[in-house]
Amino acid sequence: MSKFLEIFEWLGSGVQMTLKTFRYLPSLPRHWKQLVEQCLFMGYATVPLVGILSFFIGAVLALQIGYSLVDFGAKQYIGTIVGLSMVRELSPVMTAVMVTGRVGSAVTAELASMKVYQEVDALRTMNIPPERFLVLPRVTAIILVMPVLLIVSVIAGWVGGQIVCQFVPWIGLTSQGYYNSLKSFMVVGDVTDGLIKAELFGIGILLIASHLGLRTSGGPREIGVAVTRAVVVCIIFILIFDYFITNILI
Amino acid sequence: MESTVKVEPVAVKVENLEKAYGSQQVLRGVSLDISPGEIFVLMGPSGSGKSVLMRHLIGLEFSDSGSVLIGDEPAHSPDTHARFRTALVFQAGALFNSMTVYDNLALYPREHRLYSEAVIREKVTAVMEALSIEGAGKKIPAELSGGMKKRVAVARAIIMEPQLILYDEPTSELDPILAATTSELIATISRETGATSLVVTHDRELALSIGDRVALLMDGKLIFTGKPQELKDCSDPQVREFMNPTIDPDNPRFRKQENEL
Repeated sequence: MSKFLEIFEWLGSGVQMTLKTFRYLPSLPRHWKQLVEQCLFMGYATVPLVGILSFFIGAVLALQIGYSLVDFGAKQYIGTIVGLSMVRELSPVMTAVMVTGRVGSAVTAELASMKVYQEVDALRTMNIPPERFLVLPRVTAIILVMPVLLIVSVIAGWVGGQIVCQFVPWIGLTSQGYYNSLKSFMVVGDVTDGLIKAELFGIGILLIASHLGLRTSGGPREIGVAVTRAVVVCIIFILIFDYFITNILI
Repeated sequence: MESTVKVEPVAVKVENLEKAYGSQQVLRGVSLDISPGEIFVLMGPSGSGKSVLMRHLIGLEFSDSGSVLIGDEPAHSPDTHARFRTALVFQAGALFNSMTVYDNLALYPREHRLYSEAVIREKVTAVMEALSIEGAGKKIPAELSGGMKKRVAVARAIIMEPQLILYDEPTSELDPILAATTSELIATISRETGATSLVVTHDRELALSIGDRVALLMDGKLIFTGKPQELKDCSDPQVREFMNPTIDPDNPRFRKQENEL
């Protein structure tokens, strides 16, 4: 019973933190410096990681699909399948997983150590709400950065698929054939669905990571525990939420 | 310290304050009154509930029962701390490690949009000069010594121009000279700003030399409140034991405590 109460308390305080954070949205211009810093940290440093990962996901996907379709003489659909899979599903999910590992864990570690070393208490005694000073710039930064990361991921994945199709001899699909096939079934809605997913994942990750960081108490050991918990909760959130949001968007 | 600003001091009233964490009762019906402008020193052994009491005053803890008033407003409400400026000097400083010392000091006026950036620079520079930390402006807290960190923490509190300033173990981990300097600093700030001060400490020298009144908290109960001289003259065995503990290696206290358990 107490475990259930704990979960409800956790959810309740998370909702409270979220509402407080968005309530402070009008004060965002005051935190432009932190916003720029966070955008650089989240975006600039994460782009290469997302690009490399997505390139190879696209490449492997093209290989697997090529392996299955070549025998049926349907290799002209490789571009369509890689293109749609990347933009609708793999890029949003894999970008979110990368953001969890690279950004979510760092945010939890930073906020948890600020909490443990009483910096968050110091903010409260100065009548500066941590939701406004710490959470708002980070959540806004991820809202700005997530579309960029998604576009990088999608393009890298497409290019990975194209290179495999072009240079693997038993597939032997020209880049023109690959991109024509990719374009033929792609509509704007596929791209916007991917963007919506990525944005929602990003906001969710940052809110979970911040909430777990700000709830940490104890010592250095608890900081490590909070980071691990944040990564696990974020990945579970991504996978479960992905099912429901895909169902809604389809 | 010409840099400090005269403020309207505020009174503090605590009535029958009770606080427990799980089965552990930390505060048991604590009542005290602190007059505006007074330096009130709260002493007591480790784990007696001093810091918990102080966290109630700054609004970081909620009481189980009883009331804590700043002026005539409840201390747990953020509105109270918006109306009466209160500052806490943390034992470990609680400085923002990702910011320079200058940015630590400028944070409060910037966030509350009290002054233009030029005025903030003037005020921060003046306070840094007053506390002899002007060379530390560009350093981050991790690069400072323990004594410097304490002074920066005090400076960060003064910049807020608080009506009530709370010090949590301000002289702990400091050598005797630095401890004396910090005590003088607290007395000077109180005198020059007029702010009400509550100092939580184990330091008898500090309590007896700068406190207007002193209280002794033991096991969550206030067992003494009075002037420093009255504390010195008190005949209560618990008070005397705390103020003048004897060291007897042949009959150590921790063995006696073990036997009592």
